[in-house]
Formats: sequence, C-alpha cells, structure tokens
Amino acid sequence: MSLVALPVIIPILGAGLTLTLSRWLQVQRVVSFLVLVATMVASIALLVEVEADGIAALNLGGWPAPVGITLVADLAATGLLVVSVAVILLVHLYSIGQGCDTDRPRVFHPVYLVLCAGVAMSFLTGDFFNLFVAFEVMLIASYVLITLGAGQQRIRAGMTYVVINLLASTMLLTAVGLVYAATGTVNMADLVTKFEALPESSRIGFGALLLAVFAIKAAIFPFFFWLPDSYPTAPISVTAVFAGLLTKVGIYTMIRTTTILDLDELQPLLLWAAGITMIIGVVGAIAQDDMKRILSFHIISQVGYMLMGLAIYTVAGLAAAVLYIAHQIPVKTVLFLVGGLIEHTTGTAALHRLGGLVRRAPVIAALFAISALSLAGIPPLSGFLAKFSVIQAGLDAERWLLVAASLCAGLLTMFSMSKIWVGVFWGEPDDPPPVLADPDGPPLRPPALMVWSTVAMVAVTLVIPVFGMAAYDLSERAAIDLLNRDAYVQAVFP
Amino acid sequence: MSLMLAVLVAWLFAMGTYLLLQRTLTRVIIGLGLMSHGAVMMLQVVGGRAGDPPLLAEGEPIDDIAAPLPQALGLTAIVISFAATCFLLTMAYRSWLGTGDDKVQDDIEDRRIAEQVANTEGHYQEESVPDGDEEMLR
Repeated sequence: MSLVALPVIIPILGAGLTLTLSRWLQVQRVVSFLVLVATMVASIALLVEVEADGIAALNLGGWPAPVGITLVADLAATGLLVVSVAVILLVHLYSIGQGCDTDRPRVFHPVYLVLCAGVAMSFLTGDFFNLFVAFEVMLIASYVLITLGAGQQRIRAGMTYVVINLLASTMLLTAVGLVYAATGTVNMADLVTKFEALPESSRIGFGALLLAVFAIKAAIFPFFFWLPDSYPTAPISVTAVFAGLLTKVGIYTMIRTTTILDLDELQPLLLWAAGITMIIGVVGAIAQDDMKRILSFHIISQVGYMLMGLAIYTVAGLAAAVLYIAHQIPVKTVLFLVGGLIEHTTGTAALHRLGGLVRRAPVIAALFAISALSLAGIPPLSGFLAKFSVIQAGLDAERWLLVAASLCAGLLTMFSMSKIWVGVFWGEPDDPPPVLADPDGPPLRPPALMVWSTVAMVAVTLVIPVFGMAAYDLSERAAIDLLNRDAYVQAVFP
Repeated sequence: MSLMLAVLVAWLFAMGTYLLLQRTLTRVIIGLGLMSHGAVMMLQVVGGRAGDPPLLAEGEPIDDIAAPLPQALGLTAIVISFAATCFLLTMAYRSWLGTGDDKVQDDIEDRRIAEQVANTEGHYQEESVPDGDEEMLR
C-alpha cells in the first residue's frame, strides 16, 4: 500500500464520518481533529518517504498510467502539502475556539475536511483532468464555508467569489479538453513528450489558457480584483485558511504546469505579471482602512513574489518560489488569525476605530509584531530568507527591473504593516467600540484556544528561520526535481 | 458534423459571456450554465465522430471506436456544474429573500474608499449612505 493516496482519502472518509455525527458537536469536533492529525501524520510520512526514495507515483484503481488516474508525490508537492495540512490543523483548533462550527445544520467540520482533501489532491495529482476535479472539490467546499450562516453582505461577496471561480473552472475544463483534442492525453507525465510535439502556436495558446485559469485562482494581475472583495467578509478562520492556502495552490499549479509543459515562451509575460502584481497589491493595501482588507491586498502582493521566482525559471528561482510558498502559507494565515483575535475581542477591524491595544492586549501585539515583521522580510524571520532567495535569484538572472519592483514592494509592505501597528496598537481610537472606551481598562482576553492555536502557528512560521539552511536545501532539491522532467516521467512510467 | 457543433460551442460560449456580464443574478447563473454546456459539448466534439461505440466486446476490431475518455470527463463535468448551479440558485434565492431584488449590489467598502478619495479633507466618512440608496450611487 502506497502512502500517496492517504492524505486525500483520510479527510474524505473523515468528512463522511463527521457528517453522521452532526448531532453531537463535541464528538464531531474531536473526530475531525483526529482525522486532521491522521492526515498530518500521513503527509509527514509521505514527505519522509519521498525525501529518501525520490518521486512516488500511484495509479488509482490499478489502471496503468496514461489511462487511469495518477497521483504523483514529488518533493515540492509533499513539502507544501505538509505545510498546508499543518495550517489546516491549527486553524481547525482556532475555529473551534471561535465557535464558528455551532450554527445549524452543523456542516462546518465535514466541509472543512473536504477542503483539506481538495487541497491535498491538488498538490498530489498527476493528471490535468483530476486537477480540475481537485479544484472543484476544494472550491465547492470553499463556497459553502464562505457563505455558511451568511448575512446579506456575505451573500453578495460570496456571489462574486463563486461566480469568478466557476468561470475559471469552466475555462480550465475547456483548456483541458483542447489539450486532450491536440495530444490525446491529459496525464501530465504523458504530456511531457506529447505536448512538445505540437506546433509552437498551439503550445503557446494552450499554455496561456491554462496559466490564465490558474492566475485567476492565484489572484495574479490582471485577475486579482475578486479577492479583496470576497475574502474579508467570511468568518475570520475561514478567511485565514483561504488566504493561506487557496491562492498558493493556484501558484503551485502554475509552477507545475510551466515545468511539465515547458512553457518558456511565456516567460516575458510572467515576468511582467509578477512585477505588476507585487506593486498593485501593496499599493491597494495602502489605500485601505479595514485590517482584513489590508491583509487581503497583501495576499496579492506576496503572490507576485512567488510568481517572480517562477518567471525567472532557474533552479534558484524555482527554489525561491517553493520556499516563498512554504513561508507564506503559515505567515499569511497567522496574520489573519491575529486580525481575528482583535476583531473577536473588540468587535471591529477598522483601523480608525482601534488604538492603544499594546497596553490592553500585549500578547496579541507580540504575535502581530512577529508575523508582520516576517511578512515584511525583516531578518532573522522566515520572510527575510524567502525574500532574500527570490531577490538573489533575480540578481543572478539579471532581471534588474523586477528586482527593483520587489524591493519597492517590500518597502511598501513594511509601511503598510507599520500603518496597522500604529493604527491598532498605538495611539487613541477616533470612535472607539465600547470595549476600548476606557484606555486603562482591564486586559482583553480572547478565548484561550484561539490564542494558543495562534501561538502555535507563529511557532510554525519560526521553523523556517530556525532550520534555514535545511529549508533552503530542501526547496533547492524540490526545484531540481521540478526541472528534471525525465525523473517525473520515469516515476509514472516505470 | 464538426462545423455545426463547433459553431454551436462558440455560440454557447458567446451567449454565456453576454449573460455573465449582466447585473441580474439569475442571468449570471444561466450564463454560467450555458458556458459549462459549451465546455461539455466541446469535450464531446473532441471525442471523435458521432455514432461509434465507446466500448467494444472482446475480439471485435477496434477501427470504429469513439474515445471513451471525453465521455467520462463530460459526465464528471456535468455532475459538477449541476451541483454548482444548484448552489448558485440557492444563493440567488437567499439574496432575493434578503433584499427583494435580484441585482448584484455595489461593495460598500469600495464605495467608501472612492468617496474618501473624492473628499479632499481626507477624513473618514462614517457610512454616509444608508443601505437602501445603493442604486442611486452607481
């Protein structure tokens, strides 16, 4: 029995199980937590196996590769899978602490587990049609989560999210159909040789269509407009897990597609998109007042850095992109979790209504400071290592303009983070909510489970700086694997 | 056969795109439905000439066989788009229950920032527009 399928199968079965337990909330919570722990263990075991023995492939149902559905686990996929499942696990605890699973009908836990399965399948799939299915599993779960127990404003924002994602899915289906029409296969390993045999114009056309679809999912310029509209309205734990994972899955599939189909003709396009995405995202963030919206714009800006690593398209560039994703998944999530702590205790996330929290809630302030400095790329936190490797790769490839754009975006990120810091933690609020009316009031105490899961997540963000060299080596090996397509083909067709 | 089907696929996509750009939720949903029909139809065109069987008994010559994979892909896609359409219809109904209106509304926060830019003093304006007046501001 291969481990490759377990990170997908365990949460799917767990989703079915928790659905039958919806009458007993506590049992449901414990079971879904245990299911996620089991998924985490399976993912780590898979990473250890892949790290030792190289790429692992599994043909589902015993059908041989180009006909059946293939799951492929290489270093990039499993590494990011482990980080993602860790984030999913901790946000699960946070959402229990927040109590967003208490609404009837109690479908939060089953849907959350389905989301986990969809994310795992998106990472592990070795087949473009299965990628479409994985995206749908992930997205339909996310549609439910974003609108669960929704008020009017969330229905409106959720609608934007659902419609834009359904449109992207339809385009993905069309692109997969066209690729099948031209090559007769949708298996990634099979496409390595068959796609190259196509005339150049078809390759560029199909490649551009596929990348455009994934760019919508990853919120890359010019397809980012839906994200800051829809994310901030969901419950904060849902927003946090979306912010941490969904766009990163999009950028991961862009990396996978570009390396499998060898789309180096599209490189100039990606370079421009990366630079503009970084700048647009961070400039958008500066104009905002609501903390969740500021952070949502930063998601876009940070995706630009990952795309920059991909667009440079060298071993160093891809290694930097993988490392950047691994850094960004926990850091982005933790920033939203801290935002959630603030909103939970004060009842608002608007900067002009907040102030002076450094005295009232020093723990929250410390958690925010660590993760914000990490996002801005201040040494010795994980953002520094990730940004440094992206920029180093850019310098090596002599992409001066892009390096300048990324440094500029980094500076503006710092500015935007200090704006949150000054607005929320220092000074006096303009129009304070009732809890903040007295600046010398008692310390604010969010639920303990929410605080501890946020602390644990901050600890996860510190893993990369503590094991800096090991993390970089691992992502470099992942990048070498990504560019070595022969090894991928050999794993699928032994 | 292909030209007719290709024109049909193109027509479905064109109509879908047109409806998707409307402001009414039900039209958006119908537009998405038409587009996914177009995509599924395209998968069938990809599968080869109409009329050939996708499965053959053992020993029969395999000259006249339709590719079975696009049919399987098409079925999966139909199920998914069916579920998504149901979900969207439910949301549109919820939206209609809430507002009594089928139109997509402006984003309040976006509008607030636009106002803030227009306002030269740069001070925040607290919810200067009551919820019902969104139609007027467009």
